[in-house]
Amino acid sequence: MRGAPGSGRRRGVGGHGAWFLVLPALLPILVLSVGPLLYGILLAFTDAQSGRTDPTRWIGGLNFRDLLHDTLFWESFRIGLVWAVGVTVPQFLLALGLALLLNQDLRLRWLARALAIVPWAMPEVVVGIMWRLVYNPDAGILNETLRDLGLGDGRDWLSGLATALPAVIVVGVWAGMPQTTVTLLAGLQNTPRELHEAAAVDGAGAWRRFRTVTWPALRPIALAITALNFIWNFNSFALVYVLTNGGPGGRTRLPMLFAYEEAFRYGQFGYAAAMGCVMVAVIALFLALFLVGRLKGGDDT
Amino acid sequence: MRTRPAARAGQYTALLGYLVFLAFPFLWLVSTAFKPPRELGSLHPTWIPRDPTLTNFRQAFDEQPLLHAASNSLLAALGAAVIAVAVATPMAYVMARHRTRLSRAASGWVVVSQAFPFVLVIIPLFLVLKNLRLIDSVPGLVMVYVVWALPFALWMLVGYVRAVPVELEEAAAVDGAGRLRTLVSVTAPLLAPGIVATALFAFITAWNEFFLALVLLKTPEKQTLPVVLTHFIGAEGVADLGPLAAAALLATLPSLVVFAVIQRRITGGMLTGAVKS
Repeated sequence: MRGAPGSGRRRGVGGHGAWFLVLPALLPILVLSVGPLLYGILLAFTDAQSGRTDPTRWIGGLNFRDLLHDTLFWESFRIGLVWAVGVTVPQFLLALGLALLLNQDLRLRWLARALAIVPWAMPEVVVGIMWRLVYNPDAGILNETLRDLGLGDGRDWLSGLATALPAVIVVGVWAGMPQTTVTLLAGLQNTPRELHEAAAVDGAGAWRRFRTVTWPALRPIALAITALNFIWNFNSFALVYVLTNGGPGGRTRLPMLFAYEEAFRYGQFGYAAAMGCVMVAVIALFLALFLVGRLKGGDDT
Repeated sequence: MRTRPAARAGQYTALLGYLVFLAFPFLWLVSTAFKPPRELGSLHPTWIPRDPTLTNFRQAFDEQPLLHAASNSLLAALGAAVIAVAVATPMAYVMARHRTRLSRAASGWVVVSQAFPFVLVIIPLFLVLKNLRLIDSVPGLVMVYVVWALPFALWMLVGYVRAVPVELEEAAAVDGAGRLRTLVSVTAPLLAPGIVATALFAFITAWNEFFLALVLLKTPEKQTLPVVLTHFIGAEGVADLGPLAAAALLATLPSLVVFAVIQRRITGGMLTGAVKS
């Protein structure tokens, strides 16, 4: 909270002084972030390739026209959407459950809080390595547990055509849950406790209290973190690169992996940039639909 | 609030389920790191190594240049953290205290950059750095990390600056302190904890980062720890599990320690940054 806006704040560092303060951050942002973004969009309309001596030419929408008929890319795109939705939804539900639990006066809460942070702090590469050890067909704990429970001999999760995508989705949920939990928990702790107690006195059950008191207060945060999670998940790379590197047979080849290979293995910079543009456009569309739908849905309840 | 015993039991069961789900992969990593090769080859692995050993750690250092990679990572992460905070703090101050078109544009960029598709930025970035002759070098990577850490750093720092009451600065001005004096002796000390937390957060993100490092660093001697870790996994996906686990465990420790220190401040900063005045 701050004092009244206006008169007081304008004093002091204004005009030229402000520019001087802003410039050190602004320059790198312009050169290494805004600039490359615009450059990337331009590249999508060229035939830029790595290590070629001929000058790069404008080719208009040719990359996009090729992309339209690139079934491999659209398959990868479909996998990317399955992955993003498959990770984001369970991530949110599990995180909400955990946040609600952590908001109660339970014993062992400190332990759960500490553990909930671990996946967040770990390098993604390590998360990938760790789950490779879990999924390992012989030395992995998953198959060993299944064998102990008498549920068969287990399988090679990450190389099975049917199991690879679900297996990496579980890892995605695990890795992204903490941040969502912490965010939701912070939101929960901002909901008015008195309202909760008043509702309880009025005889509202747990579910009704959640619907009428908790959820309305939590909604904005829940929407924001879900939208962000969706973007982050769709753009994720390291986890799947380490776990399966897109295999088996491209079953887990997320669009980011596809574009990475196109750009840095085959050197097709222009084509890969066009893929990036399409990814951004589709994600923007999805998010717009999601947010509009959610905001409208809110008026009915 | 009273809770019925049955409900309580249900809550504890659920909490236990979460604890197991969150903890078991990490415990398995620790367990694997201390197992001798013979045990790793056996078909019935156990949670607790029957014959705990440190050979995996020694072997990990022999197989890959881990120390070298760690020093590259440290350099990149320290550089990114220090520079990011140094350039972000003044800008965050202006964004928090002045409602100019520039600070609005900057706030907009902070939000948009969260949705930034790396794939669209990485190719131009690769070409730009190549022209600047900063490709395949840790300083070049530091520059990229700084820009990459800026959105979140700005987001957090704006929140921390807002938490410093303007009245304090005004009081100092009334007492005759100059602008610089006010900033240095009134604002800076109050901001210090927030600045440290932001720097540590930037440190962890840079320490953990993989994609940019993979693309921008080609020479093995210049690669950072996450990139070198992937070298333990062979082309066919076959890996020497023991050293792999040992190296992964070591690479995680710094992040875990730093994260434990700043965890509370991060969530606090996220929320204060999110609360619009």
